[in-house]
Amino acid sequence: MSTPLLSIKGLTKAYPGVVANDNVSFDIGEGEVHALLGENGAGKSTLVKMIYGLVKPDSGSMTLRGAPYAPPEPRAARADGIAMVFQHFSLFDALNVAENIALGMENPPAMGDLAARIRAVSETYGLPLDPFRTVGDLSAGERQRVEIIRCLLQDPKLLIMDEPTSVLTPQEVEILFQTLQKLRSEGTSILYISHKLEEIRTLCDHATILRLGKNVGECTPRETSARDMAEMMVGTALKTPERSGREFGEIALDISGLSVPSPSEFGTSLKNVHMTVRKGEVLGIGGVAGNGQDELLAVLSGEILTAADAVKKDGQPVGRLGPVARRRLGLLTAPEERLGHAAAPNMSLTENALLTGSVREGLESNGFLKWAETQAFAERIIKEFDVRTPGPENAARSLSGGNLQKFVIGREVLQNPDVLVVNQPTWGVDASAAAAIRQALLDLAAKGTAVVCISQDLDELMEISDTFAALNEGRLSAPRTTVGLTVDEIGLMMGGAHGMEVAHV
Amino acid sequence: MDLSAINPVLLVASLMVAATPLLLAAIGELVVEKAGVLNLGVEGMMITGAICGFAISVETGSPWLGFIAAAIGGAILSLLFVLMTQVALANQVASGLALTLFGLGLSALMGQSYVGIKPPAMGRLDLPVLSDLPVVGPILFSHDPILYLGILLTGAVWWVLKYSRAGLILRAVGENHDAAHALGYKVIRIRVLAILFGGACAGLGGAYISLIRVPQWTEGMTAGVGWIALALVVFASWKPWRALLGAYLFGGVTVVQLNLQAAGVAIPVEYLAMSPYLITILVLVILSADKSGAPAALGRSFHASH
Repeated sequence: MSTPLLSIKGLTKAYPGVVANDNVSFDIGEGEVHALLGENGAGKSTLVKMIYGLVKPDSGSMTLRGAPYAPPEPRAARADGIAMVFQHFSLFDALNVAENIALGMENPPAMGDLAARIRAVSETYGLPLDPFRTVGDLSAGERQRVEIIRCLLQDPKLLIMDEPTSVLTPQEVEILFQTLQKLRSEGTSILYISHKLEEIRTLCDHATILRLGKNVGECTPRETSARDMAEMMVGTALKTPERSGREFGEIALDISGLSVPSPSEFGTSLKNVHMTVRKGEVLGIGGVAGNGQDELLAVLSGEILTAADAVKKDGQPVGRLGPVARRRLGLLTAPEERLGHAAAPNMSLTENALLTGSVREGLESNGFLKWAETQAFAERIIKEFDVRTPGPENAARSLSGGNLQKFVIGREVLQNPDVLVVNQPTWGVDASAAAAIRQALLDLAAKGTAVVCISQDLDELMEISDTFAALNEGRLSAPRTTVGLTVDEIGLMMGGAHGMEVAHV
Repeated sequence: MDLSAINPVLLVASLMVAATPLLLAAIGELVVEKAGVLNLGVEGMMITGAICGFAISVETGSPWLGFIAAAIGGAILSLLFVLMTQVALANQVASGLALTLFGLGLSALMGQSYVGIKPPAMGRLDLPVLSDLPVVGPILFSHDPILYLGILLTGAVWWVLKYSRAGLILRAVGENHDAAHALGYKVIRIRVLAILFGGACAGLGGAYISLIRVPQWTEGMTAGVGWIALALVVFASWKPWRALLGAYLFGGVTVVQLNLQAAGVAIPVEYLAMSPYLITILVLVILSADKSGAPAALGRSFHASH
């Protein structure tokens, strides 16, 4: 290989209390797809922010095609041909597609010309988009197309993609990969960040692995097994959750003919949903975000009330009961959004433990709170779920995402629910913590709890669920036994490619 | 009771005058809110503008200099809001309320020696032929220049927000400041400029009251117009032309009820006095039923590290 496109030498960035990147060096060649691997908190995001000019390194240097490169701001990075697709989409919901794209360009043409260019580029790469639709109405996959097209319109030399596939169906992932392959064949380099190892093995030429801010190794993904890469990421051997063979009991949760409108403007209404979960069964519900997951969880938790008969627990209608009454009956839920929905950010862990545990753990009497018992309960959660925090008096927001996730899942699991519904239980959690959470769910099922796990991580659902169903535009597919399901079948259950087509090469 | 004493032409002409302070303040606040900042200090900035404009035009004899001073005075007071909310990241609601209280007190202090003085009058537009036309002349062509400025400003703000790149960036900052920052836009700088613009507009609106509408200085003379402007922005769904409509409606009902009071209509004065507020809000509530939402980042503080 001749001069690399981008060469990074000894980049270091420290924040108060933590070194995000410690002396990281690697090269990205011309036309190369380079993977950046690492767990949450390994420093991947900080590193790409430095490349994109959002964060200034404390020390170290970068060279772009042999010339020194130190972008003071993203504009400069874009001018040098670096484009970035963000993990949390940097889009504006109330603006339309063309306006969103114009905001990411230095000198956008007039809106009419821009719309024509968007149409042209989107057709070339098989990513159809209407420039005048409001972004708030688009699906996650379509939103990502907006971001990608925004980048492509600037003819980037290096395209940075931060966890691009976490919100896509398998078919959409395949089409994305074909688009990326086409870009590579045109000479664009891609820096691809992910923790999905199989994807990296399919797509990437080279991988750099970060752990705790340090570059801990490089490999050629095609020649390295996923397990080896995972162990390089984590630094220890991985434990896979074990599921013991078990018998299912009677039907614990029964939803029939459920249709409810979404309470939010950009939400998805549930349409004629049927499902049953037996005692000891883990039902996995897949589907791309925004297809009714939040609404389904709200229906089960009691935040959205339905006809009494639509939701039954152990044959008893609970559709009109609120969350507290359902908790008393043993139907517990853990929503997706950790801060603000599952936990109150500014309250201590003890107070948060009280918020959902008071009914089943008997933490109040005659309207008075039993702080000693509550604190003991919070400490039990912290101990059994290995929540890393100085103590239960700390505010929920001070915990890292993974630790708080362990806390909110642990809080429900330890209340011995009859039915537990979790949404995205391991979202944003690193591999070892995710394995612990999955194991806890399986252990709970082994004790006879009916578990409903809503998730966008298909690997997770395949690992823990006995039956699988998918949500697509508010409709739930017929459940299938997980054993023997193929990726294609799952993709079709999730609604296929949502109108995407393969790139016209 | 003598309704025939009410002259419809004068009525329309005077409703435009009554509406202008409200319109100026509302347009300024609309821009501020579009940038994602909720400044509840409009009333304070208006009254400060009112006294700054009054004092300077009395001292210099020039209403023009007065209006310029009013805009600067409003902007300087809004700078205090900038310091609190954009630099010190204080809560915007509390800071805005503090700004209003501060502005009321400060203006009373500054205005002590100006009570009972008459300010120099501002010339009116006088176009040959056009201004002498019956009906159309007094309504359209014989007002003071600031009234036309208010309408021009509405049109300009509408055009800038809808068609210009600067307007797009402003809306983007108000919609999602984290995304705007990630794309490399200077969120704080854009918001500071918007707040200063809002302060200048509120100052102009205040001076319009003290120099043209009621040409004199009294303590607390803005009498809640700043609060109506805040409500107007919300009920106008953050749309400039709707804010103009709302302001004219409010001005219209105000003038009509004053005329009715003068004509001795048998409705208690209190009901007449509350009617502009009720009717304006009612109409705008009905208009805002299309739910064009508020800027998503409205009232949220931005700091680059969060």
